[in-house]
Amino acid sequence: MSFLNYLINGVSLGSVYAIIALGYTMVYGIAKMLNFAHGDVIMVGGFVVFTLSTRMGLSPVAAVLISIVVCTCLGMTIERIAYKPLRSATSLAVLITAIGVSYFLQNLALILFGSDIKLFTSVVKVKPLVIADGQITITGETIVTIIACMIIMIVLTTFIKKTKAGQAMLAVSEDKGAAELMGVNVNATISLTFAIGSGLAAIAGVLLCSAYPSLNPYTGSMPGIKAFVAAVFGGIGSIPGALIGGILLGVIESLSKSYISSQMADAIVFSVLIIVLLVKPTGLLGKKISEKV
Amino acid sequence: MAMLEVKDLEVNYGVIKAIKGVSFEVNEGEVISLIGANGAGKTTILHAVSGLINKAAGSVTFEGKDITKLPAHKIVYMGMSHVPEGRRVFAQLTVLENLKLGAYTRKDKTEIEETLKKVYTSFPRLEERKNQLAGTLSGGEQQMLAMGRALMAHPTLILMDEPSMGLSPIFVEEIFNIIKEISASGTTVLLVEQNAKKALSISDRAYVLETGNITLSGDAKTLMNDESVKKAYLGE
Repeated sequence: MSFLNYLINGVSLGSVYAIIALGYTMVYGIAKMLNFAHGDVIMVGGFVVFTLSTRMGLSPVAAVLISIVVCTCLGMTIERIAYKPLRSATSLAVLITAIGVSYFLQNLALILFGSDIKLFTSVVKVKPLVIADGQITITGETIVTIIACMIIMIVLTTFIKKTKAGQAMLAVSEDKGAAELMGVNVNATISLTFAIGSGLAAIAGVLLCSAYPSLNPYTGSMPGIKAFVAAVFGGIGSIPGALIGGILLGVIESLSKSYISSQMADAIVFSVLIIVLLVKPTGLLGKKISEKV
Repeated sequence: MAMLEVKDLEVNYGVIKAIKGVSFEVNEGEVISLIGANGAGKTTILHAVSGLINKAAGSVTFEGKDITKLPAHKIVYMGMSHVPEGRRVFAQLTVLENLKLGAYTRKDKTEIEETLKKVYTSFPRLEERKNQLAGTLSGGEQQMLAMGRALMAHPTLILMDEPSMGLSPIFVEEIFNIIKEISASGTTVLLVEQNAKKALSISDRAYVLETGNITLSGDAKTLMNDESVKKAYLGE
């Protein structure tokens, strides 16, 4: 029965990775860049909720909503100031800029909040679910995280499939020039992508801090990197890939921690990535681009 | 007043002057061809007109409005559609999704449905394959999709870049028939083609382009009988 517990924990952790990975994968798919500052937006989301809810006593729901708005605006601002001027620059220049933005956010948080670990009060008020005569306990955080991930996936997939803005995103991700010839404003579409990705990062931040209630300026960096791994693992650019990659990664991490070694867990996670990339360089659901000419 | 007026257009790629002061005009209802060899600058001119690339000098006026500095996505809203070279359909989207993206600039759903019906009438093959991914279509079908997609915007002027390139003779014939139909339905056409013979046969007027300059222009029938054109472009 403990296996089931570990598995459920893994799915929950993986759901957080999946939500973060969505931001990576959408931005990569549409702007063709790796936004390494994405992980730090999670941390910002955590600090906004911490300040409003834990410190100022605002209701958790309001704090989470404000946090989503703040991160959405932050994502769009980062894109506008740091990445947009580099639209025609080499991808290496953009990558270095993204790393710079990441350090900027971490150090800004360091100045504002200090380096000590803050105790984050969980925003989840759902009671734990005890089944099988108490052998399996599913925490409220786990339930909320998994449900949130599923809802986000369904809403996002529907948005992309059914709305004009979603179709414009797909068009831009395939061919910016052709999308522009359809009348799609490419810059606005990229900005929208950053907005969605960063809003999701805020949600991920809150869920992460609720499950693992410690917060410091570097909170976002490791989950950020793992979510990036999850995105590559599932096939970067693919939304279902982010879900599958995220959940698999969470499960592998949780099971490794429980059965092999908690110190080795991260090493195992990254080894899995290396193996997957050796066998299938495009990731599990990665698109193999083949077009008829 | 001409529908499209290009004046002293210059385009540079880095230090290379690709277009060196080109002027031409397209009147409403006409089919105009730009013909010339590979690398003469035909595609560059179309890209400059539809706003995909920046112009170094000169001006482009469309229906009386200066569009020289407008970005491509705004020009589409004014009624100019561009069928790009190499089709550039959205391979991962279905045929229908591609066509709907063509109507991105339009709001009225019933009008869009009507245009879709018209496009399906012109290209029955697209209706047969509407749920198929565009990337799985043959080259000729992709060309039809690219043209249908452009028509979905209900343009007054349509730019077509090498629509017959790489197609089998049967498809070439079909594509040119469709261009004639598009013109007959009232849409003005600016055509860029390497297949000069075919292009001239359906055009009212034409401009001959050589390394970034217009060297010859006039009535399509006259150009067809011009000795230098015959020698250089018609293979006679």
